[in-house]
Amino acid sequence: MKRVLFILPVIAFAGLAAFLGFGLTQDPKELPSQLIDRPLPEFVLPGITDAPGGGPGLASASFKGEPRLLNVWASWCAACPQEHPVLERIAAEGFPVYGIAWKDKPEDSRAFLARYGDPYSGMGSDFPGRTAIDLGVTGAPETFVVDKKGRVRFKQIGPISPEVWEGQIRPLMQKLRAEA
Amino acid sequence: MLAEIGHFALILTLLVAIAQAVLPMLGAIRGDAALMAFGRSAAALQALLIAISFGCLMTLFGQADFSVKLVANHSALSQPLAYRLAATWGNHEGSMLLWVLVLSIYGAGIAKFGDNLRVTLQARILSVQAMISVAFLAFALFTSNPFERLFPVPLDGAELNPLLQDPGLVFHPPLLYLGYVGFSVTFSFAVAALLEGRADPAWARWMRPWVLAAWVPLTCGITLGSFWAYYELGWGGWWFWDPVENASFMPWLIGTALLHSAIVTEKRGSLAGWTILLAILAFSLSLIGTFLVRSGILTSVHAFAVDPERGVFILAMIIGATGTALALFAARAPMLRSGALFGSISRESGLTFNNLLLMALTAVVFLGTFYPVIMEAVSPTNKISVGPPYYNLVFVPLVAPLLILVTIGPMLSWKRDDLAVLGKKLLVPVAAIAALLAGLVLWLGTAQVVAALGLALGGWLVLGAVLVLVRRWWGAGGFSWRLVRTTPAATVGLVLAHAGLGFTTAGIATMTSFAAEKILVMRPGETAVAGPVSVTMLGAEEVDGANYRALRARFTVSQNGNERALVSERRIYTVSGSQTTEAGIGVSPLGNQYVAIGDVQQDARGQGLVVRIYWHPLVGWIWFGGLLMAMGGAASLADRRFRIGAPQVRSPLAPNLVPAE
Repeated sequence: MKRVLFILPVIAFAGLAAFLGFGLTQDPKELPSQLIDRPLPEFVLPGITDAPGGGPGLASASFKGEPRLLNVWASWCAACPQEHPVLERIAAEGFPVYGIAWKDKPEDSRAFLARYGDPYSGMGSDFPGRTAIDLGVTGAPETFVVDKKGRVRFKQIGPISPEVWEGQIRPLMQKLRAEA
Repeated sequence: MLAEIGHFALILTLLVAIAQAVLPMLGAIRGDAALMAFGRSAAALQALLIAISFGCLMTLFGQADFSVKLVANHSALSQPLAYRLAATWGNHEGSMLLWVLVLSIYGAGIAKFGDNLRVTLQARILSVQAMISVAFLAFALFTSNPFERLFPVPLDGAELNPLLQDPGLVFHPPLLYLGYVGFSVTFSFAVAALLEGRADPAWARWMRPWVLAAWVPLTCGITLGSFWAYYELGWGGWWFWDPVENASFMPWLIGTALLHSAIVTEKRGSLAGWTILLAILAFSLSLIGTFLVRSGILTSVHAFAVDPERGVFILAMIIGATGTALALFAARAPMLRSGALFGSISRESGLTFNNLLLMALTAVVFLGTFYPVIMEAVSPTNKISVGPPYYNLVFVPLVAPLLILVTIGPMLSWKRDDLAVLGKKLLVPVAAIAALLAGLVLWLGTAQVVAALGLALGGWLVLGAVLVLVRRWWGAGGFSWRLVRTTPAATVGLVLAHAGLGFTTAGIATMTSFAAEKILVMRPGETAVAGPVSVTMLGAEEVDGANYRALRARFTVSQNGNERALVSERRIYTVSGSQTTEAGIGVSPLGNQYVAIGDVQQDARGQGLVVRIYWHPLVGWIWFGGLLMAMGGAASLADRRFRIGAPQVRSPLAPNLVPAE
């Protein structure tokens, strides 16, 4: 009996090691978004032009009819210039990309697009950052895949790399296009 | 060139460590004095080589040599020199190098100060110590080489995380490492004892200073970390139950248990198996602490090297070290001779109970920390986190009896005590604290019974500590200076540490019940009130710092007719673009006024600055208590008993040979 007590620690440890080993196989960055399969939160954002009120902006109501990408970015974000060519390519392949400039002054957003090019079909300015909170944005860039009915189907945290686009998001977009 | 010297020294260290892992152990088995002596020289050589390597890396950081990848990734020219030097360990690779440096310094310490150890025991300890070195050196060399070159050489480097550009960082990680790695020594002591099949009072006495040598810096490190989070993270919390905080807290809890059980083993020869188990666990939990931070298995603000490959290596090390040690424990510990028996009411039983409670607390923290990992394994879609409500619910009911016991324990006699005698000793303190509690409830109102209980508990601990001195200084013939002068340093240590715990308890109780906060948008000239604190915003302007731009807001804070000026800043570091908050804190013994600014925001009355105002009563006591505990540990470490040769007790069943105190 007494011997069993002494063996107990090593058995308990073996169990723990198994769990830790399993934990290693999981990617801690893969945080499931609460929004998956739910409608995009409602927002109406001003645009980023120098017209009074920012000109035409972006509203959640317009995410209907065809699948679209919603990219949350900012001119101050370090990874955004890196992601930019991929977004241009996505737009060139005929998939609509919409943007939300997060916590970014409209003049800075404009300067960024003037410098790197503008792949966006529509742009809203979320300078106060409220909409980003509703979207559960943890950092820029993040991209949401929104289906024909305006539901969020996928969330990419961090820049979209060519691999992510080709391997995950493009097949998903094609599938969503085929959906009724 | 320096990078190559450093790299080369690191490789040489690995080779020396491999020899040290094998030869002294062989010497101990064969009784070969020369091989055992080799262990001592090798330990010193290892420390020297790794110091050269670390010195090289630090110099590279000082010279801002961006041809080294690590330097380029973690320091920028605009960064002040002190922080460029501190950046040496503000990243994964450098901190691993610091880890092995500390490890080898402890190893050299065993070689140098272990003259009074049994030679075979010392040789085995040095061997086990070197095995740990080998694992970590291989880890550093093969998965995280700090000396990797970078080509083309950038003109300027990327900056160190601005949160870490703070005097707190300069000391916080090295102190924690001294603690974590210090437990490697007790681990080696435990494994060596199991290999020798002998854990007697002399063994416990040799080990005790090493427990203290790890426990004291760990206590300082945790206290400093808590203080740093309080003023740097900008929301006025002092403890978050964050996985990495827990990772440092668990070895501390086990280390505290070890500290106490080793006393029993030293004085009475009992609980040897238990002491060994705790020594193994303390280091294992330190390793798991490292594992948590490096592997990314738990997401946390502290994670700076999320890399599964390193995680696999560290997991292998944990399995190798802890698994082997626990298997050895299962095989050998039942054969260890147990020491003298003790009565159910005795100092020993009190300390045993203390150990059980500390173990239970560790289990609570452990479960809270790992529950998310375990849940995920059971149901993969379930990402959960465990927060303060769990800890408040489970931790507090367990810690309260422990704290009550802290004052009773030192009143108990060794071996056997009598309930009636104990009752008499307890009469005065219990009456005093009951009166204090009644007074507090009357003063604070019945709604604040929990706070009153917490404060009374703090008073109970401080009173208990003072009573230890009283009992020591007032002998049978009344007060005597001779008794004051001859008070052992270990007793002073006990008094300081237990009183420190009392201050911390009182601080936590008050903070939890009476902290006040207010968050609002303010404009210059406006005044806001939080608790007893009234804050007026004077103005805000943009300022430039060494490597950041900042929005600085000035405030006047008044409380009970006293006014003082406070400044809070929101900094944007120009290289990385990250933001930090520098809170304005008005410190006083009775509490802190805390003002922190946030973003510029619109509200109904136009543009203003988000301001958070806090009143934190007695918050400083939390850290003061931690500091007292560390000082207590240091005082114990200074006890001359540890420096005189321990008696070679042949039989642990002869407690009379151990000098009574």
